[in-house]
This record gives sequence, C-alpha cells and structure tokens, in this order.
Amino acid sequence: MNRLEYFSRGLLRNNPVFVLLLGMCPTLGVTTSAINGMGMGLATTFVLVMSNVVISLVKNVIPDKVRIPAFIVIIASFVTVVDLVMAGFAPALHEQLGIFIPLIVVNCIVLGRAEAFASKNTVFSSILDGLGMGLGFAFALTLLGSIREILGSGAFFGMKFIQGDAILLFVLAPGAFIALGYLIALINKLRKV
Amino acid sequence: MEKGWPMAKLESSFRNMVVVLLVITLVASLSLAAVYNVTKQPIEAARQAKKEKAIKKVLPVFGQLEEEAVLPPTGKDPVVVYKAFNADTLVGYAVETYSDNGFGGRIQLMIGFLPDLSIYNTAVLKHMETPGLGDKMDVEKSNFPVQFERMKAESFPLAVKKDGGAVDAITAATISSRAFVDGVNRAYETLKAKGDKQ
Repeated sequence: MNRLEYFSRGLLRNNPVFVLLLGMCPTLGVTTSAINGMGMGLATTFVLVMSNVVISLVKNVIPDKVRIPAFIVIIASFVTVVDLVMAGFAPALHEQLGIFIPLIVVNCIVLGRAEAFASKNTVFSSILDGLGMGLGFAFALTLLGSIREILGSGAFFGMKFIQGDAILLFVLAPGAFIALGYLIALINKLRKV
Repeated sequence: MEKGWPMAKLESSFRNMVVVLLVITLVASLSLAAVYNVTKQPIEAARQAKKEKAIKKVLPVFGQLEEEAVLPPTGKDPVVVYKAFNADTLVGYAVETYSDNGFGGRIQLMIGFLPDLSIYNTAVLKHMETPGLGDKMDVEKSNFPVQFERMKAESFPLAVKKDGGAVDAITAATISSRAFVDGVNRAYETLKAKGDKQ
C-alpha cells in the first residue's frame, strides 16, 4: 500500500470519529465549541504521534501477553510529560488545553492505533498513521464543535453573530448526540457516492 | 541471535514479561521524574505569575501587599488573605480560597473584597471542571462570575437559585456553580471571622 495512504485514510475514509466511531467520550463531551474541539483534537494528535513512534520502536521487545499494560504505561507517561512541559513552558497554551490533557489517556483512539497499527508497522508509517488519525480526529471535533457552537450559542470560534441565546439544546449533551448522528449519516451518504 | 529487521518478537515467558514490564515502568518513572524536575521551577514561576495577575485583577489599584494564612471557619486547609494597601489606606483584601465540592476535585479561586466586604472581582486559579460546561466559571469563558461583582453577602445570598440563593448557576453545571459559590463563601466567612477578632 502506498505510504501516503496511511496518512490520508485517517482524514476521511477511515475517520476515527465518523467511520470507526472511536473516541466517542471526548467527541461528545468537549465539542461544545469549535475551539474546544480543535484544542482536544490537536493535543490528541500530538500524543498519538509520539506514542505511535515509541511503540513502533519497542514493539519487538514487548511480549504479546503484556503488550496492553506496556502500551498504557507508555501513553500515560507521554500524556503526563506533555502536561508538565506545557504547564512549565507554555502556561498560556496550558490554560486553554490543560483541561483536555488528562482526558487523552482514556482516549481509545490512542490505544487503538497503538494496538492495531504501531505495534505491527515501522516508525515512519506509524508517524504517518498517527498524523492522519489525529488530524482526522481534530477535523471531526472541530466540525462538530462548530455546528454545536453555531446552533447552540450563535457564535463561531467565539465570535457571536446573534444576540442572546440560541438553541441551547445543542450545547448540552443531547445536542451532541443529535449533531453527531446527523453528521455520521451525512458522511456515510457521501462515502457511498 | 537473529540479525536485521524485523527481529522476532520476544516470547511471552514469565521471565520476559516481568523483565519487560519492569524495564518499561522503570524507564517511564525515571523519565517522568526527570521531566518533573526540569519543569518544577517554571511551573512554580507560572503559578506565581498567575497568582499575582489574579490579585491585580480582583483588586483596585494598590501599592503594597501583606500576606497572611488564615484557617477558615469551614474547611480543613488555610486560605491566604492578601491585604492590599495604598500608602497606609486599606484598599481591599484578595483571598485565595478553595472548594472541594467541584465536579473534578478541588477548585482554587482568588476573590477580591473591598474594605466593606463587598466583592470587587473574582478570578479562577485552578480547576478541573468539565470543558464547555463547568469551566464557564472562568470569566474568559462566560459571564457567570460577573454577577458577583460589587455584591455584598448580606443583600446577595451566596447560594445558587436552586438552593434558595441569589446566584444564577451555569447551565448544566450546577455542581461547579455550587463549588464556586462555596469558595466565595469560604473567603467571605474567613474575612468576616477575622474582622470580628480584630
């Protein structure tokens, strides 16, 4: 398979949110606005690429039966490192994204890619896969966040364009399910064309 | 020994599993310790800078600060009261308070009071609330904290409306709102109790 394929398939054809339906907890939970979705998406992309790199490097020295605990230790360490480094050297960014960082440990996309891809492929392919899947995830979260923010708060990336309240339902949990459901239906339709 | 790439996978023998997990956790904890040591100082500096910014934000312009840790009437940890002076006149108190009732654990707030104990302004120092819901307690995210400004606890009961108070809770984040109010209350009660003693 063409190596670029590893990258591009995560964006749409195998999009982790719309097609694989992975990582639903952060998808539904944090996409109340476009910027939140993008922050979570980019932070996840970073951890995903880093953990893919390390796991593809050490894959041959990890016995099969203990691979999951080994992966989780690696992923959790990266998340903690990212959290600490960001808090120390980019406090402004940490203010914005800090709250999403601990959520990444429990994001099944990261473990899913470690198990399904990085543990069987080379470092370079794993980087491409991590980038593709991560950016696909970021794209999906930003899209969902934009829709919910436009409908729910009457704003786009924090810029308000209507006065007062919009359809509050879309900021709340049921709105996440409704918006995601319609988006998945739409993407499924588009994929078949 | 096999040469070249790919190497054969290590066999899942008991010895291999124990050794590999031990090495991985050891390396992970060592690197975490190293990163922690490197980032400790910058994190502390950033926290200090944030605290100073918060004090400036929640008080009118002031000259000097006096710091004092006080044990609040409720709660087990001390809160820090910063008395702000301009020359010799007291311009207000900034109280670094906390609440353990947050949805995601402890929240830390900085509440500014004028000498008559009306609230001047508020700032959130640290919280772990749900992004998009509870994090609206920060003034950068919503207008929720604005309602506290210039309010006195006597005429503005510090409880959310659901609990019979005057505070408009954040939509879908009543627990976070209650925690915020709890923190404000702790600051207020501390100042009040402290004032009685003097």
